[in-house]
Amino acid sequence: MIEREQVLHVARLSRLRLSDEEVDTLTGELSSVLDHVDKLAEVDIEGVEPTSHVLPLENVLRTDEPRPSLEREVALSQAPDPHDGAFRVPSPQAEA
Amino acid sequence: MADMQLLAASGAETAAQIAAGEVSADEVLDFWLSRAANDRLNGYLWKSGPESAREGGAPGGPLSGVPIAIKDIFCTEGVPTTAASRILGGYVPPYTATSVSKTAAAGMPMLGKTNMDEFAMGSSNENSAYGACLNPWDTERVPGGSSGGSAAVVAGGLAPWALGTDTGGSIRQPAGFCGIVGLKPTYGAISRYGMIAFASSLDQCGPLTRNVTDAALLLEVLQGRDEMDTTSVGIEGGIKAPTAERLDGMTFGVPRGLIGEGIEAGVLARFEDTLIRIAELGGEIVDIELPHAGHAISAYYVLAPAEASTNLSRYDGVRYGLRSSDEDLLSMYELTREEGFGPEVKRRIMLGTYALSSGYYDAYYGRAQKVRTRIVEDFDSAFAKVDFVVTPTSPTVAFRLGEKTADPWTMYLSDVFTVPISLAGIPAISIPAGLAEPDGGGPELPVGFQIAAPAFSEQKLIEASHALEQAIGFDGSAALEGGAR
Repeated sequence: MIEREQVLHVARLSRLRLSDEEVDTLTGELSSVLDHVDKLAEVDIEGVEPTSHVLPLENVLRTDEPRPSLEREVALSQAPDPHDGAFRVPSPQAEA
Repeated sequence: MADMQLLAASGAETAAQIAAGEVSADEVLDFWLSRAANDRLNGYLWKSGPESAREGGAPGGPLSGVPIAIKDIFCTEGVPTTAASRILGGYVPPYTATSVSKTAAAGMPMLGKTNMDEFAMGSSNENSAYGACLNPWDTERVPGGSSGGSAAVVAGGLAPWALGTDTGGSIRQPAGFCGIVGLKPTYGAISRYGMIAFASSLDQCGPLTRNVTDAALLLEVLQGRDEMDTTSVGIEGGIKAPTAERLDGMTFGVPRGLIGEGIEAGVLARFEDTLIRIAELGGEIVDIELPHAGHAISAYYVLAPAEASTNLSRYDGVRYGLRSSDEDLLSMYELTREEGFGPEVKRRIMLGTYALSSGYYDAYYGRAQKVRTRIVEDFDSAFAKVDFVVTPTSPTVAFRLGEKTADPWTMYLSDVFTVPISLAGIPAISIPAGLAEPDGGGPELPVGFQIAAPAFSEQKLIEASHALEQAIGFDGSAALEGGAR
């Protein structure tokens, strides 16, 4: 089960400004999915190591040689608001 | 050469026809471009023009001149790439995915970019922001997903073969629904560079083809270590076209405990038929247990959304893609993401963020990672006894559009046989096992048969699949003409 307040909190963490209707729908849907997921509690995981990755790889490195990267122009070519060779964004402070 | 002959030829056969001078590469390309132009399945989100397609395919390679369709999750320099999301509407990547560079270097012109579930999240292709894709066997039904467009264009005769990606079944399930072959290689066999990330510990590129030989040829082109992806290792010794005709001495494990509830009668019947075929070819059928595989969907729907919520945090309206609102920075982030993502993507971001959030991390993410270890161990134990693990690819045949959209969990269960294999990171293939009526009646539809093998044993998997495919003798020609108007 997940409460409406928790859904709003998670939406803030996720940077999603959900509509009221979406919050209602997601409260029901996430609760139902979590009910299924809660069955994982039935599995004995005592002393089991977590798997984050299936390949037995460690420290894959290449030689530290400088090489060209994307040109600034190219990197900015898809930006919604490029300005003076940078990505321009609105102010972090809401205008009063 | 007559159009019907071009349409009926597999990728390997087309390459042979070009090499023998029976048809020119230009003729082949013009034929497939005109098929793609008449797409009635909404299989393509973007189609190449004759000039751009020709540029893509360098001449001289063994598969030179055989065009290919590319899932719209692969970045293609100068060609729009959306992952079927509004948030990437109009995005034109400044670089190309390694897999696409490799098919181009092998001489394969790109026909277009195929439809998919948004960010590869879905099992029906209904989560595309650009409209559902239709199954060429019955246009009232889904092609499966998330590589639904790639499966539909191959089965419906709109491309000789295609690239897809598989995170929890996204190549195998649509291949099964559309009556074609779909191969998910071992995690690490193929570079993920330039493949838009969904769940990075699971995502893997693979081929969707008319037959097993084509899958082998494409896998050989695609596999290999790539310095742009530190998790790519390639397949030692490479991959050769299969020649096996028998299965003598090979053992096939059937996890009976997993194949129970929710499986359609017709699907089960074709599965049992296929087990008989295996025995006829000299293979041995053994009952096995995968005690934790029944928990795979639950573990997957913690792990994959957790990874997705992290990967998709990059879509913030700053560097590329959609930007909504210029009010203040936080509003820009929140409104861009609210407007840009579809319902299933939001659901998974929310689920993943919740599972990773303070106070819930150990209970959800940490626990799911340990259950994943249990599932890996299940397969290790199984492969100590058998060469392969076999299941139906999906519990049902292709379902109707809209049939499973009301309840997310019902849709997720479509991947009950494919997800355990994804969590274990091992290779698996879906080959057509015949046709079956859906429960409740109606025209017959394709059924997929899934074969899984230990990590990096793709050659063995391909040989066995080839022998079985020859014995089954599936005929997919009924759907082949219907993809085009």
